[in-house]
Parts: sequence; C-alpha cells; structure tokens
Amino acid sequence: MDPLIEARALTKRFGGFVAVDGIDFVIRPGEAFGFLGPNGAGKSSTMRMIGCVSPVSGGTLRVLGMDPAADGAQIRARLGVVPQEDNLDTELTVWDNLMIYGRYFDLPRAEIRRRAEELLEFVQLTDRRDSRVDPLSGGMKRRLTIARALINEPEVLLLDEPTTGLDPQARHMLWERLYRLKQDGVTLVLTTHYMDEAEQLCDRLVIMDAGRIVAEGSPRDLVATHATREVVELRFGRAAEQHAALARVRTLAPRVEPVADRLLVYTDDGDATAAAVTADGVGAASVLVRRASLEDVFLILTGRTLEE
Amino acid sequence: MSARMGSMRVLPPLGARQRPWRMVERNVLAYRRTWYVFLSGFFEPVLFLLSIGIGVGKLVGKLPFDGHLVDYKQFVAPGLLASAAMNGSLLDTTFNFFVKYKYSHTYDAILATPLGTGDVATGEVVWALMRGAIYSTAFLLTMVAFGLVPSWWALLVVPVAVLIGFAFAGAGLAGTTFMRSWVDFDYVTLALVPLFLFSATFFPLSQYPAGLQAVIRLTPLYQGVVLERALVLGHMQWTLLVHAAYLAVMGAVGLRVAARRIGRLLQP
Ligand SMILES: Nc1ncnc2c1ncn2[C@@H]1O[C@H](COP(=O)(O)OP(=O)(O)OP(=O)(O)O)[C@@H](O)[C@H]1O
Ligand SMILES: [Mg+2]
Repeated sequence: MDPLIEARALTKRFGGFVAVDGIDFVIRPGEAFGFLGPNGAGKSSTMRMIGCVSPVSGGTLRVLGMDPAADGAQIRARLGVVPQEDNLDTELTVWDNLMIYGRYFDLPRAEIRRRAEELLEFVQLTDRRDSRVDPLSGGMKRRLTIARALINEPEVLLLDEPTTGLDPQARHMLWERLYRLKQDGVTLVLTTHYMDEAEQLCDRLVIMDAGRIVAEGSPRDLVATHATREVVELRFGRAAEQHAALARVRTLAPRVEPVADRLLVYTDDGDATAAAVTADGVGAASVLVRRASLEDVFLILTGRTLEE
Repeated sequence: MSARMGSMRVLPPLGARQRPWRMVERNVLAYRRTWYVFLSGFFEPVLFLLSIGIGVGKLVGKLPFDGHLVDYKQFVAPGLLASAAMNGSLLDTTFNFFVKYKYSHTYDAILATPLGTGDVATGEVVWALMRGAIYSTAFLLTMVAFGLVPSWWALLVVPVAVLIGFAFAGAGLAGTTFMRSWVDFDYVTLALVPLFLFSATFFPLSQYPAGLQAVIRLTPLYQGVVLERALVLGHMQWTLLVHAAYLAVMGAVGLRVAARRIGRLLQP
C-alpha cells in the first residue's frame, strides 16, 4: 500500500535551534501510528508540519501524496486535527463550534447538522449542545475537540497528546472512542508521553528524543528488541543505600538502570534475579518483578525516564 | 458511524474564493448573542452629531468652505461619518483581533482547516467593512432625516465609508500583529484621538497653522474626511481620486502585511 504520510530527513529549525533533527518515518493507511517521547522531543513540531501549519525546514514530507508547501489547503481538507492545547472557539456554543468548523471545510449546512448530531452523540455531549465552551470540563473540551476534528470525515486524524491532563476515566473513554475510529478505517497519528497510551492505541510507533528517532516498531517488538522480558524493581529506604547497592546489583545482572527512587534490573527471569538479589543481601526495602514496558525501552535507549 | 467512515469518501468542494466569507459567517455566529455591542458604533456618532453639529452649530452658524458658506452641522456631519467609519473598522481588527490570535487561539484552529492566513486576514477585513457599512448607512440616513444632505453625490457616501474602513481595517490588522501586550493599545488610542480631533473633522484645514496643515494633509483620516465632505456637499473635483487612492493603497498594503505577519506569528 502507498504510504499516507512519508518523511525523509524531515527537519524543523526555529532560528538556530533544531527541534526535529532529520527524522524518517512512513505511516500507512488505516494504522495507528504514535510518536512517543518526553517534553521537547519534537513531537508537536512534527505534527504541525504534517498538519501543514508549520513550514518544513529541511528534508521532504509527503502527506496524502501531496507536498505541504504547495498543496496545504487540499491536504488540510482531508485531515482532522486535535492540537495539544484545546483551541475551541470560546465565543461560540458547542453546537456552533461544530457548525462553523464544518463551514470552514465548505460543507453544506444540512450535511454539517447531520454530522454534528452524530458526532455529539459519539462523544456524549448531546446534552451540552447549547452550552458555551468555557464551562465544559477538560475532558468534555477534549471530546468536543475530537468531534470537531471529525466534522470533515477526515482520512487521517492527528492527535497531539489527546489525553494529557485527563483523569483515568476520561482517558479510557477517549481511548475507546479512538479505537472505534480506527475500526472505522481512520488512520490515527498521535503523540503521547504516556507509554500505556502508546501500548493501548498504537500499532506502530517511533520513540523520539531531542528531535531524533531513537527506535521504531510495534510496542511489542520494541520491548522485545530493546528490553529484557522482565524487570526487577528494587526500592531502598534512602538514596545513599540505593547508591551503595548499585555496584553490587550490577554484578548480578548485565543491565541495571538507576532512576530517582529505584534500581531497575533487566533480566529474562525476574524471579531468579529477585531471589539472587535477596540472597546476596543487597538490602532493598521492596522487590517487585514485572514485565518490561515501553518505559523501559525509553530508559534503556536514553538513560532517562519519559516523564521526568 | 461505521458505514459513514468506511464508505467511499467524497472530497468536499474547495471554493477557494469563498473562504474569506467563512470568517464573516463565524463572526455573525459570535455576535448573534451579543448584538447589543453593535449598537455603540451607531449611537456614538449620532450623539456627536446632535451635541456638536446641532448644539455647537447654533453658536457657530455658517462657515466659509470651498468658496461657499456652509451650515456648521452640514460641515461637521461628514467628518463624523468618516471618523465613525474609521472607528467601526478598528473594533474588530485591533482589540478583538488581538484577543483571538493571542489568547483564545481562534485562528490556530481555523488555520488547521483549508483556510489560510490570507483568507483569515481578508475575512476579518471584509467583516469589519460590513460592520462599518451598516454604521455609515445608519448615520447617512440620520443625516438625511436632519436635512443635512443636499447633494445626490451622497449616494457614494457609504461606498467611500467602506473605503475608509478598508484602509483602517488593513492598517489595524497589520499594526495589531506587532503588539506585544495590552499596554501597546494605549498607542492606538494615542494615535486615534488626534486623528479624530484634527483631521479637519471639526474645523476647516485653513484654521490650522501652515506647518500643521502640511502634516494633516498626509494623515489618513483627513483623506476620508475630505472625500465624505465633498460628496455630502456636492463639491466634486478630480483631486478627490488622489485621496481615494491613498486609502486604497493603505488598505491593500495593510492586508498584505497582516497576512504575512499572521503566518509568521501563528505558523512558525
Ligand atoms: N515556535 C517555537 N519557537 C522556538 N522554539 C520552539 C517553538 N516551538 C517549539 N520549539 C522548541 O522545539 C522543541 C520541540 O518542541 P515540541 O513542542 O515539538 O516538543 P514536544 O515533543 O511536543 O514536547 P511536549 O511533550 O512538551 O509537548 C522544544 O525545545 C521547544 O522549545
Ligand atoms: Mg507537544
């Protein structure tokens, strides 16, 4: 299948600062593709270039087979955009937000009304249709922003941190909605710095750090390739103890990553390693065995945690 | 839902030429609930006309203007109309525009659609002109009611008011893109008050010292006042075209600069 979005050595500079540093990626129709990375990794900058609202500084970018610099309006006509910061029209009601957005896409009013009814239902905001935007909760605003992004029945939905700042319940509801969109054939491109979100939603993702892609693959492949099967988490009462234990633990397992309040020991057999650590008398206050996740992949590749 | 998403997608037609009108539609929706703020732009010039034109006019009587004696209220009314056209077009292109681009991020959302920066700038200007045209029509009708419009040339009063609006809307939009904070709006007031008072609005240019006259001849509202006064009084001359060209160029340059600046600010 032809790629829907294709980037080669894509670069974004702000003055002398390089925010996106020559990245390559290909997004295919119907997949859910993620950009996972910490603050300042260049996720939003990349999304804005894909959304044709930020000029490319270097490399090439094709979106829906077109060039953003030349065909921005045609491309944008077929995208849905959920930006990192909600930018609903605060001078309008919920309903009018959808109506006018449909008009920006030049849709006939009757058609917009039909879609708006359906979309309000979809995001469960039908009972708030005559409300202004300001009094809506954060989760409601986010849902309305998603509904708005769907008014033109986009082929690609760009979601920049769709659930940041939401409570767990609102997040799960949004995930469920996004999952349904994907079932309906909409290509999802999303950024996040939540690894559970990436694991839940993405077929494939790239991990970004400081403007570069450090790894790429399905969540499962990434964990299999870059991390071990299991992780033993050791917590200590005091930082000094943790510091003292590090060298000892390193003799027991090939890969140990110290983070703020824990030592993470990478191993293929968690129970055996946990037993070895306990037998060695390292003195951890707690020992926990769990499966490795994308968070670990990021830590192993960059030496930092995602949300620090 | 699945049927609609899964089925063949039909591209929406892209009426590039109509895109700026979407901004007008948006503003109509936004003002639908607060239509009363619209009224100030109408009452203000009418109150000036009543107090200055008719009140002060009683004291002043007739003025020599262009070789004739003209009733003061007839002299001052077109000046007030030109000022109203200026003020009306600046409401939505300065203060309100600043709020929308800097704080409520309204344009970021709009620019994610097929609309571009040129459409946004043009749309806001068109809207400001429509608003100004409504005000100037209402004011002109008031003037007619008071018997202040002797000439049929006055049929061009509203189109010229729109031209004045265009000049200031373009300049207002462009200027606002350079503003950093609310404090900078004090400069707008600082510029507008003298324009309002000294553009030969309230007394003939000949009343000013010679040096000041030369300066006033170069200022934008003066062009509009001269045009409107000539139309209302029926004193037509070819040189009026120069004043009209001044305003047209000012608006066009402002619009171009605004579109470019909006791109630079919102799409870094
Ligand atoms: N308009 C701008 N001018 C200058 N620098 C910018 C601009 N926008 C972004 N940057 C810088 O580019 C880098 C990448 O920013 P970007 O917003 O793409 O990161 P991000 O991955 O989306 O981060 P976050 O998770 O915080 O949203 C940051 O260092 C940021 O400060
Ligand atoms: Mg971001």
